[in-house]
Amino acid sequence: MDHSIIQIEKLTKSFPMGKSKFTALYGIDLSFGEGEFAGFIGPSGSGKTTLLNIIGSLDVPTTGNVLVLGNSVGELTAKQAARLRKESLGFIFQSYNLLAVHTVFENVEFPLLLLKYSTSERRNMVMDALAWVGLTDKVKSKPPQLSGGECQRVAIARAMVKRPSLVLADEPTANLDAANSHNILQTMVKLNRDLKTTFLFATHDEKVIGYLRRKVYLLDGKIDKDEVLSN
Amino acid sequence: MIRFLLKGLVRDKSRSRLPIIVVAIGVMLSVFLHAYVTGLMVDMIEMTAKFSSGHVKVMTKAYADNADQVPNDLAILDAGALMDRLRKEFPDINWTARIRFGGLVDVPDDSGVTRTQGPAMGMGIDLLSENTRETDRLNLKKSIVRGNLPASAGEILLSEAFSQKLEVNPGEKVTLIGSTMNGGMAIYNFIVSGTVSFGTSALDRGTIIADLADVQQALEMQDAAGEITGFFSQGFYDDEVAQINLDKFNALFTIDEDDYRPVMLRLRDQESLGFYVDMTKNMGTIITLVFMIAMSLVLWNAGLLGGLRRYGEIGVRLAIGEEKGHVYRTMIYESVMIGIAGTLAGTAIGLLLAWLLQKYGLDIGTFTKGSSAAVMLPDVIRARITPADYYIGFIPGVISTVIGTALSGIGIYKRKTAQLFKELEA
Ligand SMILES: Nc1ncnc2c1ncn2[C@@H]1O[C@H](COP(=O)(O)OP(=O)(O)OP(=O)(O)O)[C@@H](O)[C@H]1O
Ligand SMILES: [Mg+2]
Repeated sequence: MDHSIIQIEKLTKSFPMGKSKFTALYGIDLSFGEGEFAGFIGPSGSGKTTLLNIIGSLDVPTTGNVLVLGNSVGELTAKQAARLRKESLGFIFQSYNLLAVHTVFENVEFPLLLLKYSTSERRNMVMDALAWVGLTDKVKSKPPQLSGGECQRVAIARAMVKRPSLVLADEPTANLDAANSHNILQTMVKLNRDLKTTFLFATHDEKVIGYLRRKVYLLDGKIDKDEVLSN
Repeated sequence: MIRFLLKGLVRDKSRSRLPIIVVAIGVMLSVFLHAYVTGLMVDMIEMTAKFSSGHVKVMTKAYADNADQVPNDLAILDAGALMDRLRKEFPDINWTARIRFGGLVDVPDDSGVTRTQGPAMGMGIDLLSENTRETDRLNLKKSIVRGNLPASAGEILLSEAFSQKLEVNPGEKVTLIGSTMNGGMAIYNFIVSGTVSFGTSALDRGTIIADLADVQQALEMQDAAGEITGFFSQGFYDDEVAQINLDKFNALFTIDEDDYRPVMLRLRDQESLGFYVDMTKNMGTIITLVFMIAMSLVLWNAGLLGGLRRYGEIGVRLAIGEEKGHVYRTMIYESVMIGIAGTLAGTAIGLLLAWLLQKYGLDIGTFTKGSSAAVMLPDVIRARITPADYYIGFIPGVISTVIGTALSGIGIYKRKTAQLFKELEA
């Protein structure tokens, strides 16, 4: 792991539950290098989303240390966390979460608006991202007019358009049929290879698991197994 | 970013429709009400000015102190000379002398015995001089119900209601029984030339209108007048103009402390008119405030409901790296755009309604019958569109959307990012 971009040490996360608390993650130690295509695998409630959200600086550790691209997630201010997400992280969700009244182009363009790219830069970058996912003919469509697979491809383009170092995908295939699942996974594999983007999944979908090059199994908030495929 | 927000607003009708409608209705009501109330107040004030207070009025100090008793024994004695001086010193004011008087109107039968009788409030005004403006000012021509305006000395007008009560018709003779300036009994015969109705109960009950010269003769008030009433050439009362003239008057006329020295009262100093003048001035503020608060409350609640639908969008935007404060600010920008759109629509409709009420008027005669207010209320109310009506709506319109959004958005601002994100997943 010479180029490690995520280092997790002794991470625990608990949520207040009335008077007591519920611990979702126990003593996690992990690190990921640049360009990995890895996933957290485990049954429902095992803590996959919780872990992914902390890595994505959407939540903070209760104890322990999480370093993402040199930023200690627990110590970031809200502003710094937003900046980390804006500049370096991409998110893909199970339910796409596209902005329904905006066109495909505008959805993909949104992260670039926050990064204050010029109009022509935005135009080129959006068209490139749509080319990666094969949707250049749908720029003017709006999400309600697209199939689920197309929506998820728009979401991938939106996550990738600013070429982040790290993309976090929580159950990206849960709403897709087999053909579409394979299609978007192949797209992500290709982006991982061509752009060296690190992908981290949270999933219990066998189709996704089949593509992972590293499988981190979670059970009741602990690491059960950490399998790395060698090529 | 602004374009992005605008697109969202224009395309997502459910996001903009309700608030725009709320704002438009609120603004429409504010604008309309403002024009309506202004019309009502200004009409009331101007009507009272014309018939009674003038925009300014000059009397003797002693007369002014007891003005409600119409003490003609304290009238201005050399009214002609004072009028000349006022005309010279205040050329922008149209001056006219009047005498108010009370008395009994007696209608004799053929043999000279009283047939009917009734108490009257009289006004001696300049009816007969060549270029008198009193006829127009009091709208006498249009107010004639039967008969004609007095055309020569010795003729008077009676209010129509009064003439019916006395069962007297134009062309018939009536006798005024009153008191002279010196306290003696005055008996004077007039011919009723016509009857009038002003559409104001206060004036339509027992009014007689006679020429000033006749009244001077009847009450032995040669060259005297109770009041010299002044009207601004601009046609309406204005506090500032009144104050300027009052200052000038006081500088010219406070030489001695004599009880009979002339004093000037502004419209606002008479009866309860000051209250109405202030009300008219403050009306805009009051209406604006009331609607601003009401609309803010409605929009706050609408914003809470609307905000729930947008958790998904907000969650994604946070994940993409937008700061919470920025999300909150963009919602405020959106509310400003909504406020402006709603205000434009509301102002347009409000102005249209106000214009209709200004043009056609609304007859409320049945409600004002029998009202005995000192202030005269016209029977037909008309709105009056003032320049303020074009912009007054923006204050409640835009501020209330901003307040409503700010309040409903606090939830988003206060909640932890992780929590918002959780709700997005649900
Ligand atoms: N904000 C929270 N408050 C309380 N408990 C929480 C909260 N977030 C997660 N949990 C609990 O933590 C545990 C792990 O949740 P998490 O969402 O990470 O599971 P998951 O592995 O992603 O499950 P799934 O496959 O169903 O998505 C669950 O038992 C959940 O109820
Ligand atoms: Mg999950």
